[in-house]
Amino acid sequence: MFDLDKWTEILESVNRHKLRTTLTAFGVFWGIFMLVLLMGAGNGLFNSIKYEFSDVATNSIWLSPGRTSKPYKGLNKGRRIKFDNTDYEFLRDNFDGVDEITGRFYITGNRQVVYKDKNLSYSINSIHPSFKTMENMTVTAGRFLTDEDLKHHRKVCIIGNIVRDNLFEDEDPIGKEINVGGIVYTVIGTFYDIDDWVMKNIYIPITTAQKVYSGNRQLNRIMFTTTGLTVEEVSKIEKEVAVAFAGRKNFDVTDRRAIWSENNAEDFEEFASLMLAIKGIIWLVGIFSMIAGVIGVSNIMLIIVKDRTKEIGIRKSLGATPVSIITMILQESILITSVAGFIGVGLGVLVIGSMSGIKSDFFRTPHVDISVVLIATLILILSGALAGLIPAMKAARINPVIAMKAD
Amino acid sequence: MIRLKNINKSYKTEFTSLHVLKGIDLEIGEGEFVSIMGQSGSGKSTLLNILGILDDYDEGEYYLNGNLIKDLSQAKQANYRNNFIGFVFQSFNLLPFKTAKENVALPLYYQKMPRKERQELAVEYLDQVGLKDWADHYPNQMSGGQQQRVAIARALISNPKVILADEPTGALDSKTSDEVMDIFRKFNTEQGITFIIVTHEMEVAESTGRIIHIKDGLIENKLVSV
Repeated sequence: MFDLDKWTEILESVNRHKLRTTLTAFGVFWGIFMLVLLMGAGNGLFNSIKYEFSDVATNSIWLSPGRTSKPYKGLNKGRRIKFDNTDYEFLRDNFDGVDEITGRFYITGNRQVVYKDKNLSYSINSIHPSFKTMENMTVTAGRFLTDEDLKHHRKVCIIGNIVRDNLFEDEDPIGKEINVGGIVYTVIGTFYDIDDWVMKNIYIPITTAQKVYSGNRQLNRIMFTTTGLTVEEVSKIEKEVAVAFAGRKNFDVTDRRAIWSENNAEDFEEFASLMLAIKGIIWLVGIFSMIAGVIGVSNIMLIIVKDRTKEIGIRKSLGATPVSIITMILQESILITSVAGFIGVGLGVLVIGSMSGIKSDFFRTPHVDISVVLIATLILILSGALAGLIPAMKAARINPVIAMKAD
Repeated sequence: MIRLKNINKSYKTEFTSLHVLKGIDLEIGEGEFVSIMGQSGSGKSTLLNILGILDDYDEGEYYLNGNLIKDLSQAKQANYRNNFIGFVFQSFNLLPFKTAKENVALPLYYQKMPRKERQELAVEYLDQVGLKDWADHYPNQMSGGQQQRVAIARALISNPKVILADEPTGALDSKTSDEVMDIFRKFNTEQGITFIIVTHEMEVAESTGRIIHIKDGLIENKLVSV
């Protein structure tokens, strides 16, 4: 199939019109370059949002007590709703839809943490063991908190890798005692989390915290994941829980301020559909800029054919077949589009690659799907052929007598 | 070699129809050395284009080497041109971006002859027209006479049966005109190639074996002995 002579002819032709060829190629190059950049940027945006959500289970619901905004059964509005351990147990034991569940009891302010000569300030959090699954934490040494720890109100803690590094440096922290604001806890484990902020925390059993810091059994928040994974399923469970709590806490079901519930599935779905829309727009813009490039090639090929009318006439008088004329023009068109296309893809991938280290809140590790890019390039080459087809047919129809009279 | 029967040809535009050839009957034998004369507008160039299968005709029959040339596909036309006919034009029609050698070799490219072989053959033919040393020159580096000799070498290289020359000396002075005619005659006598030369120069016409006069789309007198 490879015809050296034909390619020599094509390269000669390309060479004779360097500026024109370069400008045409630039149109195509720019189209695909922008497509690659846009796709990479879109992925970067998408990744950053996925990353934000990777920290929490997307099928989770967070419940916090609020204040009633409607009077109910003789009770005044403005009444403060409170959660305690019985609400946690109620949710855990009575809902099939509730999967992992944890209560949160907030210990306000940072505490001074002392180990040997180190004296540092960290925030202390109290949780149920299920918190590990819900926050996507990984235990890096020792063990996580257990139900046994909670049952016996043990003064134990698990610390983030950052706390470990600062407090213990190279020392093995497991079994060591640290002084947290005057109370001594034994370190039973360390953990990794994708979020650095979480790794600057110390976690203790919720029952221990209630006993040490408040003396009652109150909870500030209850978080749980659901067995359902779709937005509809999660929302259904959210609604059931709200109704149950209205009965338990004596407030109007329609009172939306009595308890606050945050549905991560809905949030994620919103972002996901937003991303889908952005992706669609990116493709649309990319495809249109490619079409512009292809039309540019077609235009230039028409001009080239017009320019070469006399030459084509001479060739025909010497016995050139229409097929040989068509392939000559087509191959030139394909050559220009594919070379320009590949350069555009290459440069685009390079630029995106140089940005892959970026890890900001709104833009994170952009990348391009090579398979998508290759398909785009293939389409580009095909459109290059299409772009050359009309001019090539025109060239093949040239009447040699008239062509040779042209100057 | 060539047989024309009642060839008619009109050029139609939107409003007018110009009847250029009004029934040409003509026979040219193999190895003949013929000239066609006529005033401009007489139809001689049209006739030559029909003979060269560059143009089609409305009525009549044209046999080239026994084959009826009518309603052929473009590919077939190209094939006949490539194998039977060589053209020489008044304005040479060389490709300016190719060397003399590459220009001469071009018809063989369309016969799919390998590159090296056809370049060698091209140099051989350039040698025959006295331009061996100019093989690697571009047309714009040559005189008119030299360019026309390159064009003749190009017409001859595919070993055609017929050479059709449209005012081959029209752009040349009398000395180079003589040189061109000498080359024609040489190939006519040595290789028996049929030559049909359209000209309006009496001197050129008289150096051919037969003059065909065309006037108003008809052949005036079919035989003039020189």
